[in-house]
Amino acid sequence: MRPIEILTQLLELIVALVAAPLFVGWVNQCRAWLQNKSAPSLWLPYRSIRKLFHKDAVIADGASRLFRVAPYIVFSAMVVAAGIIPSMGTRLPLTQVADAIALVGLLAMARVFMSLAAMDIGTAFGTLGARREMMLGFLAEPALLMVIFVASLISATTALPAITEHLATQTLGLYPSLAFTAVAFLMVLLAENARIPVDNPATHLELTMIHEALLLEYSARHLALMEWAADLKLFNYACIGFALFIPWGVSTRGSAPVALIASIPLLAVKLAAAGALLALIETVSAKLRVFRAPEFLATAFLFAVLGLLVHLLLGA
Amino acid sequence: MTSLIHSPLDACLTLLALWVLIGVAGLVRPTSLIFVGRTLFPLGALCSVALAVVALGSLGAPTDRVVLTVGLPDLPMHLRRDALSSFFLFLLGAASVGISVFAAGYFRKGRGTSAGLLCLQYHLFLASMGFVLLADDAYAFMVAWESMALSSYFLVTTQHSLGEIRRAGFLYLLIAHVGALAILLAFGVMQGGSWQFTFDAMRGAHLTPAWAAAAYLLALFGFGAKAGLVPLHVWLPEAHPAAPSPVSALMSGVMLKTAVYGVLRITFDLLAAPQWWWGLVALTVGLFSALYGAVFAAAQTDMKRLLAWSSIENVGIIFTGLGLAIVFHGVGMSGLAALALIAVLYHSLNHAFMKSLLFCGTGAVLHSTGERNLGRLGGLIHRMPWVAWLTLIGALALAGLPPLNGFVSEWLLLQAFLFAHQVPHTFINMLLPLSAALVALAAALAAYVMVKFFGVIFLGQPREPTLLRAHDAGVLERIGLLWLALGCITLGLIPTQVVGALRVVTRQLARVDLPNPTAPWWLLAPLPGRLASYSGLVFLLAVTALVLLTILAVRLFYHQRVRGGAPWDCGFVRLDPRMQDTAEGFGQPIRHIFEPFFAMQRELPSPFDSAPRYRVFIADRIWQRLYEPLGSLVQRVADAFSVLQQGRISTYLLYSFVTLVVLLAVVL
Amino acid sequence: MVGVPLDLQLLNLCAALLLLLSFAMLTQRRIVNLVNLLALQGTVLFVATLLIALRTRQPHLYVSAALTLGLKVVLLPYLLHRLIRRLEVYWDAEPLLNISGTMLVGVLIVVFAFGLAQPISAVASTATRNAIGIAVAVVLLSFLTMITRRKAMSQVVGFLSMENGLFFGAMSATYGMPMVVEFGVALDVLVAVLVLGIFFFQIREQFDSLDLHHLESLREDATSGRRE
Repeated sequence: MRPIEILTQLLELIVALVAAPLFVGWVNQCRAWLQNKSAPSLWLPYRSIRKLFHKDAVIADGASRLFRVAPYIVFSAMVVAAGIIPSMGTRLPLTQVADAIALVGLLAMARVFMSLAAMDIGTAFGTLGARREMMLGFLAEPALLMVIFVASLISATTALPAITEHLATQTLGLYPSLAFTAVAFLMVLLAENARIPVDNPATHLELTMIHEALLLEYSARHLALMEWAADLKLFNYACIGFALFIPWGVSTRGSAPVALIASIPLLAVKLAAAGALLALIETVSAKLRVFRAPEFLATAFLFAVLGLLVHLLLGA
Repeated sequence: MTSLIHSPLDACLTLLALWVLIGVAGLVRPTSLIFVGRTLFPLGALCSVALAVVALGSLGAPTDRVVLTVGLPDLPMHLRRDALSSFFLFLLGAASVGISVFAAGYFRKGRGTSAGLLCLQYHLFLASMGFVLLADDAYAFMVAWESMALSSYFLVTTQHSLGEIRRAGFLYLLIAHVGALAILLAFGVMQGGSWQFTFDAMRGAHLTPAWAAAAYLLALFGFGAKAGLVPLHVWLPEAHPAAPSPVSALMSGVMLKTAVYGVLRITFDLLAAPQWWWGLVALTVGLFSALYGAVFAAAQTDMKRLLAWSSIENVGIIFTGLGLAIVFHGVGMSGLAALALIAVLYHSLNHAFMKSLLFCGTGAVLHSTGERNLGRLGGLIHRMPWVAWLTLIGALALAGLPPLNGFVSEWLLLQAFLFAHQVPHTFINMLLPLSAALVALAAALAAYVMVKFFGVIFLGQPREPTLLRAHDAGVLERIGLLWLALGCITLGLIPTQVVGALRVVTRQLARVDLPNPTAPWWLLAPLPGRLASYSGLVFLLAVTALVLLTILAVRLFYHQRVRGGAPWDCGFVRLDPRMQDTAEGFGQPIRHIFEPFFAMQRELPSPFDSAPRYRVFIADRIWQRLYEPLGSLVQRVADAFSVLQQGRISTYLLYSFVTLVVLLAVVL
Repeated sequence: MVGVPLDLQLLNLCAALLLLLSFAMLTQRRIVNLVNLLALQGTVLFVATLLIALRTRQPHLYVSAALTLGLKVVLLPYLLHRLIRRLEVYWDAEPLLNISGTMLVGVLIVVFAFGLAQPISAVASTATRNAIGIAVAVVLLSFLTMITRRKAMSQVVGFLSMENGLFFGAMSATYGMPMVVEFGVALDVLVAVLVLGIFFFQIREQFDSLDLHHLESLREDATSGRRE
């Protein structure tokens, strides 16, 4: 392992950890602006996480060790995922260990542990949230796998850095298959990160909660870790989208070390644009009924399949 | 002693004979639990260990044969051990160690068969499965197959005083025999005119493509009946809950794999050149079974039925991979055929460990609580920590999460599907990537089912007050569960070594192979040109390191104060355990989304009921549409024939007279 | 996709958009949106025809493009919108198969169409021959739209979409049909829409609704011998 690879890996992890709450803060700001409200501070997620760490943890009486361990596992899964996604450079030694399918497996692991932790307390809200989260998960996972499948077909590999490099070095052109897949990926992103139209991240009504219900029992440092993990999840999904669909600017194999430094401001620009787009979509759409969500995800799956078929037919 | 054992085959036969002896020894003192439970079953487990070691060691050894002159005078039994047999013998041995040790602690005094008789049936079951894997002619195969079916029938009907268990056993035996008939017919087609029923003769027979296809379809039907492919799956959800848990574990974990062995043996070995479209049949049936099994598993309320349907799903995935391997083999893409075949074998081994672990876990729960119904369990992680944590490993493995073993076989299968679009047939190259999406859907549903299974049984609050008196499993049960859990973990951490061993099998069986690995020992990269790799060990190390780092960092920078409190009740003070999600509730999204699969009957309470009840009956549509009409047809035909049974002696004498006259006319 | 010229890339994009629009029509429940999607289809066809005309410089393709713009983007959607307002039919009832099932059948149809078109694409001589599969898929998907609908208006839209698919197929396989054939087809479609419009009024007067399952009650009942 050369020093540049270790540097890229560490840099990616640190940037992910630091920038994820900022990204969520930016999305909230954009949303507030679009809705003509006065925006909360950009640094609010940081302050919230810090505040939570200082509090006493209140744990329900019936909780088991699984409940206390789950936040650490979920957080670590998201950090490892951040290390696998080529957001700034493609020379990541950790990606040899886990390819795109393993990335989907990591996200599934986080989801399963969150759901199990929610079922651990044994109240109606936690189990309802767990049921709904698993329902969204089992529909979103095949759609995400199909998106990765199409990208893998075009690049003949499932290793994300190789996919990114292949797509970055292709001639600029219109690829309808990638366009369809991008729409599918966007829909999966909305579903998996608890955004409108699938779930309202700011809701206070337990009956409409999906993601929030999983966090209902957590407090203090456990809640801080879970919140941070949720921010990391959104950051990771955004970076997966960039790696697959907007791969330019990532420092590839054979480029100078300065390209790595230059990729950071480019990543910031991409994240800002993505955050604004996400806020726009959230403002314009209405939240779906829970049982329309499977149709939503089926449409995402359909888009991915269409992208696959169009690629097989047109070669584009 | 060593002069008796010239070859691995002799060693295996000796171990099988030892099993039979142990079984018979159980009859000496049938009701003594100390003798049977504490001595004989652990001895059987030791034989299993020896079998696994011998089988693993002989994986690369040359094929040995032996001819046993038992049975009928002109029909000796040919036996043969090659790489495929060794692999499945290893599966049998390794999985049955854990199950036998668990069973040693499991069997208690109760209604039904005595412990000694159980010991006999159990070890006969094990021995007959071993025999199936070693048989080299149709006669030995069918004898072993039938003994397997019969011994498992007696094991299933252990509590034969209950009517529903007898019915389950009857259905099991019926479908097992329908399958055996089809297998027999397949052998009959394969002998190709030589009237020699040894496998060597079948290997040498040259069948026309039509007859070869007929033999394959018959074999798929027959072995599919044993494996539990839809629509011949109806016995699985009945027989598994009826049998005692170690028996269910053995049936689900090992017996279903003997059917996979049968299809592999016939397709790749006896019918030397499989055509590519055969793979499509297996793929379609497998895919449908996988989805059907997963959907029904999510809607179950009995924990053992849930696991039975989950077995149907996994068998479906195995046959999907098998179909893919046959397609690749038929069009000449040998590297991908090897990959798909390795994925199939790996998943069989994984499933043996995962499912046995889960069934044994449910056995422990059943023992300590007496409940099988998911609606009366809950919160058992506090009272039964050993069982809970070990079952968690099995549940996570079955859900296909890295770094455990379930993920590795799914990874291999999806990698094989990735290049399916290169198959040079028009519609197929587009349908195969779509089937990959359906496999992913089935795998995601498996995660859903496992969260439901583990969450409803072990997490949450106890739904019945009697659960507070539950006790943890005994020492022997813990050792059995630990063995199976360690197996799951190990198979997930050393995938490269396992794939290397499986390459020996595919080389010998189908003459396809992967390129030699160029990656280090801890990295799995089956097709080096593709840059796709995975390492379970490093993955586990990375995640564990991060978890420990996070815990350390939090401990260093912040305090560790914890307070206890009541759970969030949203202002409703009288929350009770019955308000948490039930098994039906957890399955409701699946019932809603996949409504066409189910035949549902609902009883809804009206607003005027003083004691409102809500009932949902979920029935298998295939049972209603296929089996019930078939059953009534058989009944009608039988009724029509019952006209012949007049009851008068003169009529029967008339029948004999007519037959005699007809025979004389024909012969003369 | 190295070195593929820009106009061919744009044509591929048009083909993909056409497929997407046919799928969108399959799952759309508001009839106003259906007509708008039809208009969008016409626009995509116009752009595609224009691109092919620029590439091959055949004068009759320019006329064809102009006709497409005039008829399919402006006139027919306008007529249909007027019809919708006069008949006051805005929503389609629950289609025969639920949305996920319809989409699944749609995907299978697309696979079938793509497979079917591959030998045809092999012998065609145009640069856009790969898009023949998409044209066949659009035709079959429009047929499926017609089958799974309950309101007569949606079935008309499906019929028109089918004609769009045929047009695109001719365009990609042989760079357009002879002018006579095109005029003939356009006239057929126009007459069909007029006749169907007349029928709709009659149906609405008889049954007070445009739900087609009322038409089932018109069959002769052998036992009762009278209309119910």
